[in-house]
Amino acid sequence: MAYAPRARARGTPDMLATADKMTAGSPAAAGAEPPLIEVRGVSFRSGQLSLLQSVDLVVGPREIVSLVGPNGAGKTTLLRVMLGGLAPSSGEVRKRPGLTIGYVPQRLQADPILPITLHRMLTLGQRPNPGTLAEIMAETGIQRLGHSLLHELSGGELQRALLARALLRAPDLLILDEPTQGIDFNGQLELYHLIEQVRDRRGCGILLVSHDLHLVMRATDRVVCLNRHVCCSGRPESVSRDPAYRQLFGPAAAAGLAIYSHHHNHVHDLAGDVVDPTPSTVSAPGAADAR
Amino acid sequence: MLDDFLVRAMLGGVGVALVAGPLGCVVVWRRMAYFGGALAHSALLGVALGLLLAIDIRLATLAICVLFALLLGRLQRRRELATDTLLGVFAETSLALGLVALSFMETVRIDLMAYLFGDVLAIGRGDLLWIWVGGLAVLAALAALWEPLLRITLHAELAQAEGLAVEPVRYAFMLLIALTVAMAMKIVGILLIVALLIIPAAAARPFARNPEQMALATAALGALAVALGIFGSLTFDTPSGPSIVVAMASLFGLSLCLGGLRLMGRRVG
Repeated sequence: MAYAPRARARGTPDMLATADKMTAGSPAAAGAEPPLIEVRGVSFRSGQLSLLQSVDLVVGPREIVSLVGPNGAGKTTLLRVMLGGLAPSSGEVRKRPGLTIGYVPQRLQADPILPITLHRMLTLGQRPNPGTLAEIMAETGIQRLGHSLLHELSGGELQRALLARALLRAPDLLILDEPTQGIDFNGQLELYHLIEQVRDRRGCGILLVSHDLHLVMRATDRVVCLNRHVCCSGRPESVSRDPAYRQLFGPAAAAGLAIYSHHHNHVHDLAGDVVDPTPSTVSAPGAADAR
Repeated sequence: MLDDFLVRAMLGGVGVALVAGPLGCVVVWRRMAYFGGALAHSALLGVALGLLLAIDIRLATLAICVLFALLLGRLQRRRELATDTLLGVFAETSLALGLVALSFMETVRIDLMAYLFGDVLAIGRGDLLWIWVGGLAVLAALAALWEPLLRITLHAELAQAEGLAVEPVRYAFMLLIALTVAMAMKIVGILLIVALLIIPAAAARPFARNPEQMALATAALGALAVALGIFGSLTFDTPSGPSIVVAMASLFGLSLCLGGLRLMGRRVG
């Protein structure tokens, strides 16, 4: 509750306020330029239930921030508040003026009763010029699927289609809600690689929501660990050593994370499948599902 | 020409089918078949109200349907009762209320069967005007709502995050269904309106690869079924509303067979 007045004090260097909340690491990328989005002391109550308790979150330009937390930690609630679908009970969400957000939802239930092609889905309610559309479809590896019906696509393909739709808005900030649910291990690697590429190419900030800790950490600049309130945040390595993180996810999860972030060879063993161990040479998404 | 009851029946029936087709597609996509049915049941309360207050029955029906849609839209936010339960409560209650109210009006002798099962051969000029003017208005509104409706059908939360006002679109669509129910009541009757909305759409589905194709095919199949039904009703002296629904069901059966054949062909080929 002490955060509400601070959040309303406009014009003060708010980065300092964030820094003292950080238990480990500071948002390096967000320091130089104004952040894309700032969540300030946001609380959200639904009836008697307190779903979010004075949460602070900042995403800067070209920064990949991962929001992790167990089920029921309030991740989706926080996203809804950030996207404007829910009004916070207290605190505020400050967006950089003119900020365009690209949102990639958890999953698309492609119902066969509605016949609609991928191309049509991408252009529904938006009219991108054909060049941009082709470019983005190629970038996300769905260039051959334009005439496929949505319900014929795999989970990974649908997810990339949603990413393409978000990219068509030329977003400054990309928000992805558990983008790898129901996608196999290889598909997850590809998707995270693609997300990294999107950041590198477009320079947009990315907020990634996840409860799978192992993969999400690799591409991440900063991890924010949520369990109704922000438990800890910082660089992936330091968060994994944080006692609060270990308490939240258990020592096993922390150990798994440490293994993953230090020995990439384990990808091969874990999957029991032929995956190139070095992330930089993970095959491009398009090549994998060439039909 | 409009003096001929058969011409009026055809014009009215086909007109309603052309409107109900595209609208029915969205009903099917959004899984609102039961909602349409419940709304139609409430129409009988509208009939009773119209007779009681001596106002235009279609206006009264429309008013009750709209009220009903708004109320349901509100109640759907309560999570402790599932939507189908709520719809069931509303549909049966309003139908029963309508019947009870009508039974009190001893001075008014109405043909209850005509309201429950339709009487397309009794369509008058006033009905035609309602159907065609109202129908064009519904189609125009549906055209304007088409892409927003597709977006909220695909993913409501995504549409909202992209800045689409989801709730107004949802309510506007409910109102369109209410309007269509008020229009279609005379053609197939309160109890069979859902058939008009969903059977042609279901029959058209196997032959469509995009939403607009499905809407057009549904309108065409619906119009064909109405024509066949009226023709059958005259030929075999059967009630017109049920005859139209039987014609639709036949087309649906045909579509199932053709769709199955196509699937088999694809597997062999």
